[in-house]
Amino acid sequence: MDFLQSLINSLPGVAGQGLIWGLMAMGVYITYRVLDIADLTVDGSLATGGAVSVLLTLNGMNVWLATLIAMLAGMLAGLITGMFHTKCGIPAILSGILTQLALYSINLRIMGWGTSAGTQATLAIRVDNYDLIVSSRYVRELSLSNPLPVLVIITAVVIAVLCWYFGTESGSALRATGANRQMSRAQGVNTASATVLGLMLSNGMVALAGTLLAQYQGSSTIDMGRGAIVIGLAAVIIGEVLLRGRGKVFTGLIGCSVGAIVYYFVIQIVLRLGLDTNDLKLFTALIVALFLAIPYWKGQLSIRRRSRASQAKEEQNNA
Amino acid sequence: MLELKNVSKTFHPGTVNAKTALHGLNLTLNDGDFVTVIGGNGAGKSTMLNAIAGVFPVDSGAITIDGKDITNLPEHRRAAFIGRVFQDPMMGTAGTMDIEENLALAARRGKRRGLRWGISKVERQDYRELLSTLGLGLENRLTTHAGLLSGGQRQALTLLMAALVRPRLLLLDEHTAALDPKTAAKVLELSDRIVEENQLTTLMVTHNMRDAIEHGNRLIMMSEGRIVLDISGEEKKRLTVDSLLARFTRASGEEMLTDRVLIGA
Repeated sequence: MDFLQSLINSLPGVAGQGLIWGLMAMGVYITYRVLDIADLTVDGSLATGGAVSVLLTLNGMNVWLATLIAMLAGMLAGLITGMFHTKCGIPAILSGILTQLALYSINLRIMGWGTSAGTQATLAIRVDNYDLIVSSRYVRELSLSNPLPVLVIITAVVIAVLCWYFGTESGSALRATGANRQMSRAQGVNTASATVLGLMLSNGMVALAGTLLAQYQGSSTIDMGRGAIVIGLAAVIIGEVLLRGRGKVFTGLIGCSVGAIVYYFVIQIVLRLGLDTNDLKLFTALIVALFLAIPYWKGQLSIRRRSRASQAKEEQNNA
Repeated sequence: MLELKNVSKTFHPGTVNAKTALHGLNLTLNDGDFVTVIGGNGAGKSTMLNAIAGVFPVDSGAITIDGKDITNLPEHRRAAFIGRVFQDPMMGTAGTMDIEENLALAARRGKRRGLRWGISKVERQDYRELLSTLGLGLENRLTTHAGLLSGGQRQALTLLMAALVRPRLLLLDEHTAALDPKTAAKVLELSDRIVEENQLTTLMVTHNMRDAIEHGNRLIMMSEGRIVLDISGEEKKRLTVDSLLARFTRASGEEMLTDRVLIGA
C-alpha cells in the first residue's frame, strides 16, 4: 500500500520530467529516425541550452527571450556538427562526439561568465527570485504556477510546428534525404544542406529541453546532458512500440512524449523497488540495448526459419 | 546537346586497386537521340552515366549540356536537367514516403524548396491521372509507401518521376536488369513511350543485346573506358545480335564477351 501511495504521489513529477524529456526525444527523433543519423551532439547541447538560458535569466533577461536564445545556441551546435560532417567529411557519429566534447569546455565557460575563475560547473536559479516558465516546486500544486499545463501547451505547439514543417517542400526534402540520399540528389535535393538543417533543428529542440530542465530543477549543471542520447532513444523506441507507429511524423512525435513519460514511470517503479540511483544509467543502457536488439533478433530468426524450411524441402526432394 | 570531351576517370588512383574506368572518352549526343549503350562488365557504361549525372568528379575532360559546361556542377544542381532511373529498383524512390510524396519531390526538381506545402490538391489530381496511364492500379494507392511496391512498379514510378519535369537528358542505367523478363519488357515499353511522348534525349545502358538493337536510333558499344562502336540510322536498323558480336570482336580485339552479355542476348 505504501508502495502504491508513494508511486501515485510521484506521478506529477513523472509527467513533468517526461514531458521535458519528450521534447528532447523529438530532437533525437529528427536525427535518428527522420535523417537516419545518430547524433551525439545532444549530450552537450542539452547542457548548453540550460547554461545559456540560466545565465541570461540571472542577468535580467526575460525568461522566454533567454529560452529562445538558448535554442539558437543549440542550433549553432548542430550547425557545427553539420559542418564537421558535410564540409570536413567526418563521419556523422564522430562529428557529434567532437562537438559534444568541445561543448563541455564551452558550457563551463558559459556558466562561468563574469566569475573570477571564468569557469563553473553549476549555475543555480531560484524560482522565488525569477519568473521561470516551469519549476518542479509547484508540480503537485493546484495553481497557475503548476508546470504541467505549460509543458503540455509547449509540447502541443512544438508538435504542430514540426508537423507543419515536415509537410512543407523543405521538410519533405529533409525526410527524403533521410529515406534515400541517392534518390534525393537525383531529384535535385541538396542533401548536405538538408542534413545540416536537420542537425540544427534537432539540437535547437534539445537545447529547448535543456532550458526547461534547468528551470524545472532550479539549476543548470555541466553533466545534465550525460547519457541524454540514450534517454532520448529510449523514449523514441518505447513510443514506437506503444503506438505501433513508424513513418508518420505526427505519431512519431507524440510517441516521443508518451515514451519519455513511460520511461520515467518505469524508472520510478524500479527505484522504489530498491534499485540504487547510481545504477540507473546501467539499467537504462541495458533497456535501450534490448529494445534496439529485438528487431534485429526478429529478423535473424525469420532468416533462420526460412533457410531451415528450404533445407527441409530440399531433403524431401532428395529422398 | 550533350558533349563529353576527353573525359577520364580513375578510381582508387595510386593504389594497387587503381582502375581506369573512363579513358579519354568522347561522345556527342544530338537533340532527340535515343542511344543504347552496351559493353562487357567494367567497360565503363555506368561510370559514364554517373560522370554525366555528377555522382563523382571526373579527373579530366569536360562535360557540356546545351553548350553549358557542367563539369564542376554538383549532382543535385545537374538534376535540374537530368532525369535518372537506376538498376536497383530501391534506389529511385524513397521507400518510406508515399507514392504521391515521391512524385511531388520529383515535380520540384530544379526548383527552390521553400516553406510552401509539399504537395497541393491540384497536383494530387494530376498524379492520379498520370499513374492511371501506367495501368498498374497505382492511381488508387497514392498514399501507399513506395517501399511496398514491386520492383517493376517502383521502376515505372521512377520513370514517371524522371520525366515529370521534362529533363534535357534521360539516363537509364540498366533499369530493367533486376526485373523478371516479363516485367522488364513492360518497363522497357513504358520507357519507349515516355521517351517518345516527351521527345527526350536518352542514354540507356543495357546488358541485353537484343534490347540494345531494338530500341533507340543509335547504339554505342564500350570497352575499357572508350567507345569502340557507334552505329546509327539505317545501319543500326539492319543490326543483328550475331553481326553486332562480330563487329564488337573486331573493334575491341576482345574475343570473349562476359557471360552476362551472352546470356542477355
